[in-house]
Amino acid sequence: MFSYFLKRIVQSVGVMLCVALLSFSLFNFVGDPINNMVGEETSTEERAELRETLGLNDPIHIQFGRFVANAIQFNFGKSYQLRRPVSELIAERMPATLELVIASSILALGFGVLLGVYTGINRTGILSNFILFVSLAGVSLPTFVIGILLIYIFAVILGILPSFGRGEVVQIGFWRTGLLTASGLKALILPSLTLSLFQMTYIIRLVRAEIVEILQTDYIKFARARGISNHSVYFGHALRNSLIPVVTIAGINIGTLVAFSIITETVFQWPGMGFLFIQAVKFVDIPIMSAYLVFIALVFVAINFIVDILYFLIDPRLRTKNENQDG
Amino acid sequence: MDFLEITNLNISYLTRRLLVTAVQDVSFSVKKGEILGLVGESGSGKSTIGRAILGLLDEPGKIEGGSIQLENLNLADPATEVSAFRGKRIGLIFQDPQTSLNPVMTVGEQLLETIQTHLQIDAGDARKRAIELLDDVGIIDAKTRFDDYPHQFSGGMRQRVVIALALCADPDILIADEPTTALDVSIQSQILALLQKLRSDRNLAVILITHDMAVISEIADRVVVLKDGRIVEMGSPAAVLGNPSQTYTKRLVSSVPPTDRRIHRFPIMNSDQGSAADQNLKILNRWQLQKNTGASLVRVKSLSKSFSDESFMRIAAKEPVHAVRDVSFEIREGESFGLVGESGSGKSTIAKMIVKLIEPTSGLIFFEQDDITTLEGPTLLAFRRKIQMVFQDPYSSLNGRMKIKNIIAEPILHHNSQLGQMDIDHYVDDLLAAVDLAASSRDRYPHEFSGGQRQRISIARALATQPKLLVCDEPTSALDVSIQAQILNLLKDLQEKLGLTILFISHDLPVVRQMCDRIAVLRDGAVCEIANAERLFDAPTHSYSRHLLNSMPKFQP
Repeated sequence: MFSYFLKRIVQSVGVMLCVALLSFSLFNFVGDPINNMVGEETSTEERAELRETLGLNDPIHIQFGRFVANAIQFNFGKSYQLRRPVSELIAERMPATLELVIASSILALGFGVLLGVYTGINRTGILSNFILFVSLAGVSLPTFVIGILLIYIFAVILGILPSFGRGEVVQIGFWRTGLLTASGLKALILPSLTLSLFQMTYIIRLVRAEIVEILQTDYIKFARARGISNHSVYFGHALRNSLIPVVTIAGINIGTLVAFSIITETVFQWPGMGFLFIQAVKFVDIPIMSAYLVFIALVFVAINFIVDILYFLIDPRLRTKNENQDG
Repeated sequence: MDFLEITNLNISYLTRRLLVTAVQDVSFSVKKGEILGLVGESGSGKSTIGRAILGLLDEPGKIEGGSIQLENLNLADPATEVSAFRGKRIGLIFQDPQTSLNPVMTVGEQLLETIQTHLQIDAGDARKRAIELLDDVGIIDAKTRFDDYPHQFSGGMRQRVVIALALCADPDILIADEPTTALDVSIQSQILALLQKLRSDRNLAVILITHDMAVISEIADRVVVLKDGRIVEMGSPAAVLGNPSQTYTKRLVSSVPPTDRRIHRFPIMNSDQGSAADQNLKILNRWQLQKNTGASLVRVKSLSKSFSDESFMRIAAKEPVHAVRDVSFEIREGESFGLVGESGSGKSTIAKMIVKLIEPTSGLIFFEQDDITTLEGPTLLAFRRKIQMVFQDPYSSLNGRMKIKNIIAEPILHHNSQLGQMDIDHYVDDLLAAVDLAASSRDRYPHEFSGGQRQRISIARALATQPKLLVCDEPTSALDVSIQAQILNLLKDLQEKLGLTILFISHDLPVVRQMCDRIAVLRDGAVCEIANAERLFDAPTHSYSRHLLNSMPKFQP
């Protein structure tokens, strides 16, 4: 088991290095970094000097080494547009995005699993069909349409929830949270619902399919034959077995939530990293873009690693190396 | 009145198109302390009756009439809460212990849950009871195994756990649905002995549902023979199986491969299919028949195969699994050579190496004069043409999206591409005729055929390249006994006519006895004994062969 995790860590580091290379190429080869940094009136000598001091004349692999060393310390240089260190900018915006993503993951997983089990058990009920119908709409409508729709209903017509921003925030250390104020929580509802809807639909359908399949298995039939109550058959026996594929999909999807949050953040003017990234793209602010790329990759790699650990917790068969060779 | 009485039971399934009657007018009874055998082929309704007693019929099955009287309760009455008796008064065990336990819960958790569902006792007492139960069913070191997960038990041990689970609340009646079908023969005899012991210790009524006549004749007190949902005959096993009065029972009994002697052919009664032996085999015209000289066709020398975990980074190397160790034997032209062993004995691995699907770790395999490990290009193709395989599972070994004619024509085209379309069509027809299938089968798809018919198609496909050696890996173990008899007859006929050499792999000793001239007994990847079939069955020399033969249920009509 330990060697397995060691292997996974080595693989993760490999993935991160590849992403770093991509991000580094973005930095160095998309346009000329010097041109991006200095104004029109800088002389050729000054440019050459700056090139030399920034180490841009060094061989590529040394430059890459330097980039990786800096990246490990979260040093991605200064934003061209805002003239502030990128790490500082990201640290400022990260809490907003993470709070949004965590809130929508909880919504997606909670409702997704619950409704998935319900529709899996009551396959023909009217409510099940209604849930599946609505979930189909969830998959087919793009996020921004759902966001605008929700804003229209809850902010414009009903006027009960704010349409943009994070509300009041409280600073705790470096973390600026909106979870501790009433207006912050209210502001979180619409964006997190918008962001979670797509994933929720996914999870509902996945859990439903798993539950339907597992209810056909022998061990469920045997549990019923032993007189185990319906409640424990569904939630004790079936649910846990259905979680293995759910964990995989949900893990990857939480990664995409971070990525998808760009759209949601734009719709709701949410001051998170996605919003920062969109602005960076507008102004070709390469340092922010490359840092964002590395950060998203890190989130994906970390989540996948956690998913692997969860497998071990859920499925005991993975814990022992027990391979049955069939004769 | 008997303990459980079933009277005029009718069960049917309403499908979209028609009403299928699964059980019709079935009446029988079971006493306490009695083992009643329900025997029949697939589709006979035997499992349906078992499920119906527990009220666990799969949708859309429905009890249409009759009664299931458990003392003074009618379980067939929709008003009776059957679910209250499941596990408490009636226990059920399933065929496959691999799949009947929840893989993510420990054995102990599953036992405790079941005990506490039925008995009002606290966790400590429940635990004590659970460990006692595990002890009773013969789990060694029950206290420490309590916290193990199902996958940590072997197949036989798992079936014991399943039985312990069924006995949690001291039921009065145990329904065992094919309890030993998925198990090796030596494990089977242990589980049967356990069922007999529990029957007498606890005065249990046992309904044993099985297709295996030998198991019934060994342990059942009474037997009910079913066909197409109706009772054909019932009585003591000696009377019903020894001296059957009905044609169907006679046919069924005669299809069972005898354990004590070798017969030339299985008598097939009421079969409208002519046997291949009687007709003029058209494929013979294409066959280049050579006199079998009895020289060796396949020679295997010190063959070994180990499997190891070959991932791209081997940080902790696992101990490799030695599937085959130092095996040597030869197969002579024209004979049937049997490889026998329990699961994990390496018999299928050896077959795969002989047909060159996997490479040996060490050792040599000669086919005719060639070392097959060195074959490549055209010589490899020529080798593949001479050796063909028939697989165990007739459902997964045929491509469901291809018509039968294309399935059979594929190897012909691959090995003999200059044949014209007309020629191929004729050849396919001849092959179908050789395995007793109608020519009209050619334009149909595999799902339209039964298991036995599919196995015939597999054989036709294997014959398409006019092989010298036919490797049959458990070709009949997924089939009903009467179908098995037909397939075995077909193989014997084809061998006789075409001079085929057969490598026959099976765990089923009586079948091997009927089919093979010489037999190698395998255990844990090594050969225990190679002997002539008659000598092996009459006077085995190796202790393991003796053990296998003793565990084999004897069918003594």
